[in-house]
Amino acid sequence: MNSAIKEKGVNFSFILPALFIFSIFWIYPFFYTFILSFQENDLISLPKFVGFNNFRVVLTSSDWWSSMYNGAFITFWALTFQNILAFMLALAVDRVIRLKKFYRVVFFILPVLSEIIIGLLMKQVLASEPVGRDVLNHLLDHLGVGFMVQDWLGHDRVRLTTALVHCWKGFGWAFVILLAGLQSIPEQLYEAARIDGANAWQCFTRVTVPLLMPVITLVVVLTILGTMQAFAMILALTGGAGGLTTVPVMMIYDHLRHNIAGLAATEGLILGVILVTVSFIMFFVSKRIRRKYGVLPN
Amino acid sequence: MYYQTKKIVILIVLHTFLLSVALSCIFPFLWMINVSFKSQGEFDVDYGLKLPQHINWSNYKEVVLKEGFWRYFLNSVFYTFITVILIVIVSSLAAYGFSRLQFPGKNVIFYLFLAAMMIPLPAGFVPVYIMLKNLHLLNRTGYVLAMTNMGLSLSIYLLKTFFDQLPRDLEDAARIDGCNKLRIWWHVGLPLVAPALAVVVIFNALNVWNEFVLASLMFTNDNLMPLQVGLMEFSNKMVTQHTLIMAALTVAALPIILLYIKMQQQFVKGLTAGALVG
Repeated sequence: MNSAIKEKGVNFSFILPALFIFSIFWIYPFFYTFILSFQENDLISLPKFVGFNNFRVVLTSSDWWSSMYNGAFITFWALTFQNILAFMLALAVDRVIRLKKFYRVVFFILPVLSEIIIGLLMKQVLASEPVGRDVLNHLLDHLGVGFMVQDWLGHDRVRLTTALVHCWKGFGWAFVILLAGLQSIPEQLYEAARIDGANAWQCFTRVTVPLLMPVITLVVVLTILGTMQAFAMILALTGGAGGLTTVPVMMIYDHLRHNIAGLAATEGLILGVILVTVSFIMFFVSKRIRRKYGVLPN
Repeated sequence: MYYQTKKIVILIVLHTFLLSVALSCIFPFLWMINVSFKSQGEFDVDYGLKLPQHINWSNYKEVVLKEGFWRYFLNSVFYTFITVILIVIVSSLAAYGFSRLQFPGKNVIFYLFLAAMMIPLPAGFVPVYIMLKNLHLLNRTGYVLAMTNMGLSLSIYLLKTFFDQLPRDLEDAARIDGCNKLRIWWHVGLPLVAPALAVVVIFNALNVWNEFVLASLMFTNDNLMPLQVGLMEFSNKMVTQHTLIMAALTVAALPIILLYIKMQQQFVKGLTAGALVG
């Protein structure tokens, strides 16, 4: 009896270091966020309980909703442009024989590098005087497509440019996942379809897309979660552009920097609840799609 | 004949499409390296679209030695190294425990770790920062521990599923030979999960190396800043010194690019590991 308890203790001690770090850096902060959201906390004087005031302030703040709009705007472009581009690239790479490995390596360089490097580099490429030197515009002039020249980081364009740079950094990641999905589809299914008289388009809509549905929903969910929480690249590229490209996490970061911790925590909670809801909805939608097509992943 | 030409045309279209996208990925980095060898005067004339007249290392000298990028670089190496070692030890111990050993509350605790992976916490850095500030841990120790926690859940999950697939024969043999559990973990378990450990190492190393938000909040002292924060501060300070910024960016990006090209299989696996769990 005693030795059995001792053995359980020895066994438990294997997960103890992990549980210790996890409790301090995840479980405690998780609950502390809720407490913070009911406080007025400037990190210096004693925190004051203010009830739901923070929630009232955030939910009625036009700055917050415009940052949510900016985040949703970039997410829209990531969902459409980035993922469709990644899907087309994956289909193309799946078909070619030569240079396959080269393309795979090159497309994945951008996801490997940090958001700060990408943001600062593209700032140098895109910015006009005095910050940059209009490099892309000069390049376009050289290439004879001068009509494409524009003030990329100016007021009219900055939001779209930021979204496109985000897509540029992210497409390689979606590409790799979609390509892995494509390659897991057995060749025999295509052969069977062709024998039944299906043309290329029917092969695509009746074999490729249904079998890829689980992977596609996964990419969609992760794109939404990742893009709504994007921050460092945008900070490096535009610094917010006076509210035009301020995203939710940038608001949270700025509030914490200015010692308005209660608002920062509240904003984080609201965004977190929205994201959890969205991913739950997507989870059930993908389950229904999978049931409808009668296929299971892998 | 007709099919032959049709096939060739399709291939040409595909490769044109793929090559143009590939070029858009490579060109900015070639341009970055090119500019880093130019003087500011030369850059102002040709915008880095021509090769430098002569290779000029002075930007690198200034950035690395005078502006302290050697220190940022070493700081990043230090944080990455310590964090990855901690994660490997702590997560493989826990994964071994979850996979092989019996104790009360095992499943509940394991699901807790899984939940941490699934629930998005966009403001997770807010309470962590405040807590570390209150504990007077806004320094290397606090940062390394916080980063260790960030990688813990996924690493435990990956290693546990890998342990689950392994046969227990070797461990049984070791037990019969009189090995205690800790020595079995170290001598038998760890070597067996080496392939999964490679993924864990790459995933976490990149995660720490590229981390910006928490580091920028915690390290206001120039001597402690990692590379990403140093880059950001530097570019804010030297807005118009384009060639210097390019040299700094090259110092930060090139080692990662080279490492990636050398070990691209592991990088792809490491970076998509998070996605494939979901």
